[in-house]
Amino acid sequence: MNRLTTPQELESWRKAIRKSVDPDQPRLRVCDGTGCRALGSQQLLLALHQSLDEAGLAGKVGVVATGCPGFCEQGPLVTVDLPQSAPRASIAYQRVSAGNARAIINETLRANRLIEELLYVDPVRDQLIVEEADLPFYNLQTRRVMALNGKIDPRRIEDYIAHDGYLALSYALFEMEPESIIEEVSFSQLRGRGGAGFPTGQKWKLCRQQPDDVKYIICNADEGDPGAFMDRSILEANPHSIIEGMLIGARAIGATTGFIYVRSEYPLAVENLGIALDQARQCGLLGQDILGAGFDFDIQLRLGAGAFVCGEETALMASIEGRPGEPRPRPPYPAQSGLWGKPTNINNVKSWASIPLIIANGAEWFAAVGTPESRGTAIFSMVGKINNTGLVEVPMGISLRELIFEVGGGVPGGKTFKAVQIGGPSGGCIPAQHLDTLVDYDSLTRLGAIMGSGGLVVTDEDTCMVDLARYFMNFVQQESCGQCLPCRWGTQVMLNTLTRICGGGGQPGDIETLHRLASAVKAASLCGLGQTAPNPVLSTLRHFRAEYEAHVYEKHCPAGVCRGLISYEIDLEVCTGCMVCARSCPTEAITGEKQQPHVINLELCTRCGLCIQLCKFNGVMVH
Amino acid sequence: MITLSIDGKKIQAPPGRTLLELAREHAIWIPTLCYHEALKPYSGCRLCVVELATPRGSRLVAACTYPCEPGAVVRTDSEMVRQSRQVAAELLLARAGHVPFIQELAASLGVHNTPYTLPSDDCILCARCVRACREIVGVGAISMAERGPGREVVPPFHISSADCIECTTCVLACPTGAITLQNIIDRDRTLHTWPSQYARRACRLCDYHADSLLQNEG
Repeated sequence: MNRLTTPQELESWRKAIRKSVDPDQPRLRVCDGTGCRALGSQQLLLALHQSLDEAGLAGKVGVVATGCPGFCEQGPLVTVDLPQSAPRASIAYQRVSAGNARAIINETLRANRLIEELLYVDPVRDQLIVEEADLPFYNLQTRRVMALNGKIDPRRIEDYIAHDGYLALSYALFEMEPESIIEEVSFSQLRGRGGAGFPTGQKWKLCRQQPDDVKYIICNADEGDPGAFMDRSILEANPHSIIEGMLIGARAIGATTGFIYVRSEYPLAVENLGIALDQARQCGLLGQDILGAGFDFDIQLRLGAGAFVCGEETALMASIEGRPGEPRPRPPYPAQSGLWGKPTNINNVKSWASIPLIIANGAEWFAAVGTPESRGTAIFSMVGKINNTGLVEVPMGISLRELIFEVGGGVPGGKTFKAVQIGGPSGGCIPAQHLDTLVDYDSLTRLGAIMGSGGLVVTDEDTCMVDLARYFMNFVQQESCGQCLPCRWGTQVMLNTLTRICGGGGQPGDIETLHRLASAVKAASLCGLGQTAPNPVLSTLRHFRAEYEAHVYEKHCPAGVCRGLISYEIDLEVCTGCMVCARSCPTEAITGEKQQPHVINLELCTRCGLCIQLCKFNGVMVH
Repeated sequence: MITLSIDGKKIQAPPGRTLLELAREHAIWIPTLCYHEALKPYSGCRLCVVELATPRGSRLVAACTYPCEPGAVVRTDSEMVRQSRQVAAELLLARAGHVPFIQELAASLGVHNTPYTLPSDDCILCARCVRACREIVGVGAISMAERGPGREVVPPFHISSADCIECTTCVLACPTGAITLQNIIDRDRTLHTWPSQYARRACRLCDYHADSLLQNEG
């Protein structure tokens, strides 16, 4: 890697990299993101290398460990890029294990045969899908920020540069003035992707206008919502896009130092970011006199220590300064007085990653997708009771119905959709009757949810909404920093009340207490964590009040979830006496003779649900 | 001078004033708890919240930290303000309802009992002691530890802090009497609830010597 000193050198390097790619060499792209790693992608990569060695193909077939393309449900993913001369382009294999490695090499690469059991079956048309480009999961998306996820090796700057990487930086340094960069970002109408949706261009302008000589920019990568992993996947799969975005932002704002604050629970993201930063420094894309433009900028990595509240901007800055991660009141805003009292601009991972695209393709291109108030694409991680668990990028303004039922593939097991929790513990749930709501900042806010950073948890008929509210309240009361009174004790009392209701001890007045407390905590808390912490309670109360009432007044959990309110019974007509449940029951609450119907002793039963999961005949009933 | 409106009255403010300072100058009552004239405002107890009109609807801000802004429209006694102060008072009663100071404070907000239950404790985590130690004494022998429901005031790592200079400023700053000054235990005196014990020393002015006293009593 040579140090680049002019934009021309960058361009000639780009040409050289592209030229060095042999179009007739087949290539195996293996997803090596955190999700696929958990499913064994590392062993798979090892097995693929071994099989290539055995077949004498080592060096003749490329093996690329990519970041996450988003189809986590089907991982580990292997995509076989065939030579240009082949009739097919890219074969998409799903749920591949190390044991399939030899077959992929021998069958697909050498004998040109498909391995049918590794192909995706489109559940709608019941049809095998061969080509990556034909997978409906990807086709229904508009992939921009995530376009290179799964295509490039995040540990090779060459891969990023071959795909027009750092071209936007070149424009920003040599063809644009700082003011015109800000104008372009303003014109694109990009709104902060961290959740609040503040116009990014306006934020940059405020920071640029400050008279200080020293300014900082920060990438907020402290993603912590349960069920959210958008930022992690971008950090892992395309770290250079964030570095390039920050470089352009620094040039526009006039900052000389940037920080990426990433949680240490993301080891792979930290690793890939560290490699990317080193490579960018070696190439002269970070440091002094970048590309000979007389512009100096470098980025430091800061690791969070596990506090959710550090995702709040003022707490995050306190943490970077080495102080306890506790928020402070605003004003002053970070643009006026941020890190060490200097003007600071802080943006989310997805906002930074959008910047190179806006500069390279123009604001009009960016704004051509979306709704008038919310331009561009939105990235969601979809989890819970949904077929296509994973990561999607869709145009702003898509309906929740399309997002969940078409892109997400709907609810598994023929169950009925109940609600979607959007925006994590700061967001709210949206019930089935509002499925035609458009996904944009303002429509979601009107329904008591928020866009948030993009975590989307789908629930079905088996989810108890009171229990869901209890789950999120447990999370926020643990994560409250404890500095301000309403958030510290208000969430604690709300959690205690919800736990009591779920346990069967609900009392008249509890629902009103919850509502009163939630409203006060929302209004009076110091920072965004406390101000949004009651949202799951408020939105479930708004849309599912009857469920709360059933818990409190009828001591009944309609979804059959809350252990204090349910009992199990074996259906004597269905039970075959197979004894599976009796053998597995951890409290030995199930008794019965072989081939005779069994019974549950409710005194001993803890409602753990193991017997329900194990019974092949659906013989355990929940009351 | 900046002009703003508090409770419908036009008021002039010199630049740099917080809403609380201005209100007090004009005898407008705003309750406070974690606020102390000698300390930097902390904005933790949220009793001083006032309603501020903004283009996107009104919201609550803490008067102790919020600066006077030109044209601001502030209400110190709206329904929203009263409700949230009352909830805060109820939560305070749940935590430290046995402390007379808290009872009086709650009563001043019209709250006499609480529907909530919390583990009882004298300390209400207002951080006045921690801030006094750091800001006035310049020492930082105690600090806030843990987060959420586990939050507490402790010397670092729960062990006796060598930085404590026995000044007892924390005891004076505490509004609830959660920090007590025990005087003489044998040769040492325990300064407060944390494990900070010091040997008594001779007084340079009056010749009083603890050791000789102890021996005489012996």
